[in-house]
Amino acid sequence: MNRILKSREMLLAIAIVVLIGGVATRFPDFASPLSLAQAFNDTSILIILALAQMSVILTRSIDLSTAANLCFTGMAVAMLNAAHPELPVAVIILVALLWGLALGAFNGLLVWKIGIPPIVVTLGTLTIYRGLTFVLSGGAWVNADKMSASFINFQRQSLVGIPVLSWIALLVIALSYIFLRYTKTGRDVYAVGVNPTAAVYTGIDVGRTKFIAFCISGLISGLAGYLWISRYVIASVEVANGYELNVIAACVIGGISIAGGVGSVAGAVMGALFLGLIGLALPVINVSPFWQLAISGAAILLAIVLNARSEKVAGRIILKKAQSA
Amino acid sequence: MSIEIRHIPDRLDSPLSGVLRSWEMLLVIVAVLVFTFNSFASPHFLDVWTLSDMTFNFTEKALIALPMALLIISGEIDLSVAAILALSSTFMGLAMSFGFGTPVLVLVGAVVGLACGAFNGALVTGLKLPSIVVTIGTMSLFRGVAFIILGDQVYKNYPESFDYFGQGYVFWVFSFELVLFLIFAAVFAFLLHFTSFGRRLYFVGRNATSAQFSGVNVKRAKFILFCLTGVMSGVASVLLTSRLGSTRPSIAQGFELEAITMVVLGGVAITGGAGTIPGVVLAALIMGLVTFGFGLLNVPGIVMSIFVGLMLIVVIALPILWRRFVWVMKNDK
Repeated sequence: MNRILKSREMLLAIAIVVLIGGVATRFPDFASPLSLAQAFNDTSILIILALAQMSVILTRSIDLSTAANLCFTGMAVAMLNAAHPELPVAVIILVALLWGLALGAFNGLLVWKIGIPPIVVTLGTLTIYRGLTFVLSGGAWVNADKMSASFINFQRQSLVGIPVLSWIALLVIALSYIFLRYTKTGRDVYAVGVNPTAAVYTGIDVGRTKFIAFCISGLISGLAGYLWISRYVIASVEVANGYELNVIAACVIGGISIAGGVGSVAGAVMGALFLGLIGLALPVINVSPFWQLAISGAAILLAIVLNARSEKVAGRIILKKAQSA
Repeated sequence: MSIEIRHIPDRLDSPLSGVLRSWEMLLVIVAVLVFTFNSFASPHFLDVWTLSDMTFNFTEKALIALPMALLIISGEIDLSVAAILALSSTFMGLAMSFGFGTPVLVLVGAVVGLACGAFNGALVTGLKLPSIVVTIGTMSLFRGVAFIILGDQVYKNYPESFDYFGQGYVFWVFSFELVLFLIFAAVFAFLLHFTSFGRRLYFVGRNATSAQFSGVNVKRAKFILFCLTGVMSGVASVLLTSRLGSTRPSIAQGFELEAITMVVLGGVAITGGAGTIPGVVLAALIMGLVTFGFGLLNVPGIVMSIFVGLMLIVVIALPILWRRFVWVMKNDK
């Protein structure tokens, strides 16, 4: 019981409840079930991106190209839809998944087969993917009037009272949980992050595991690309510019250690929800939206300070002086 | 043991063959190729004023890349440099709105940069936090504060004497920005390659723990580097603000990635422990030449970024593939 109370997830859950409760004392409507369901829906894309990023970070890597992938894939499916409005949404989603997967696999191959540090690879592909979006579109935008009704409305349909977008987020949460907890590859992801050398001796292919993590990240970024474009009904080169940092911030706040091997699905989801709720709460309590960036920055810093303190207790100190170095 | 020590120098041991096969030589060749290509691509390229204009493409980012190189060599990174630049610029605008003159503005820019750098340094060294996450956080925080102060407003009408930093020329075609960059490049090259402080940075980057045991004050060295990076971001902020003549909170968006690209392209190992200042200076020049050459061909900036990204990946991949190729050949014999 004590451990659960002290865990990062619990701390974050309390922070979220306090946040909602604090706003609700002045604006009770904010905590109504309808408003909370809406908030979850608004944060859905950030949640699935954070889960994708988490599997990469767990393997001691980082994917900075996720927002660029989202932008490129989103543009691709938007143009496909504009050119062939008769294509069913299922085909669009399949294209988005495969397109994103290909971009993620390219990152993964460079990391696995050539051995370039992930931060360098994705720093490079971040600019490449966004540049290719421009080449593909010729700098033009795809507006709402060029998108078909089914393309736009798919995620807004209600299933048992919940929008499809929220269902997709719930599905990704469930699949991530099953993948990381009950599959061999999912357990490998943790092993690789905790100690790559030991993982090799255990017979785990470290490079291949990282490759798979990047593929997952690409796959979900691609899906998020379609969801983003159909949600904000505009596709341009500027879509989600710099959003990769929000995604990483959600992971960091959710207690996923950037050093790899530590983090949970619940943490990532709550990290994303926390960031999303701050963004939604500010206009409600009449704070200028310009405060959001600084507040999320402060939240990130606070989260890493807290995480670092709880991580220190977990480690066994063998060489005291070496630790302090 | 002697083999281990030989890995520590940043240069290969045999002087001549070392120079010929070095990363810097490769960069020189690339620079010459791009330069030649540019002069064929446009008849206007080989004009001293055109070349002088070209330098504005990279001087501000390269000023940040210099301390960033030292930071990465010592095993840390700073992603918040562009945000520091934005915050410095905002405070300069704020100082201007209170009626302060040019000298105070410059001082404000540098001091705000220093304060931000010290804040990063304190978090990383004091609380032992990984620099990549700390600076992702401060990146949002610093730019966020700039947004709180400015919102969707803009500071302009800087005093006329302030224009000199970004638009003035020291003599003939040599702009103040270029001269300042060359001076700082020399200072940083001296600091890294000719002082014991510089030598220790390689040691820290290779193995911080053994550096600590050997009597290097690792924390102090890293703290100094974060402060240096902050100050230089402040200096770059003075130049950019002066050149643009205005401040918006979104100023210099994405500069951090370009500065890091310069550093890595310059042959600094992203994992720390290796790299040189001449390499970084050459990489800055190449990036300036490439973007300017594409500009002459009317290629949009975003398409250029594809090549910058590709260049980053290819230059890192080639030596790895080459080493693997050589290794395979050796084992075949």
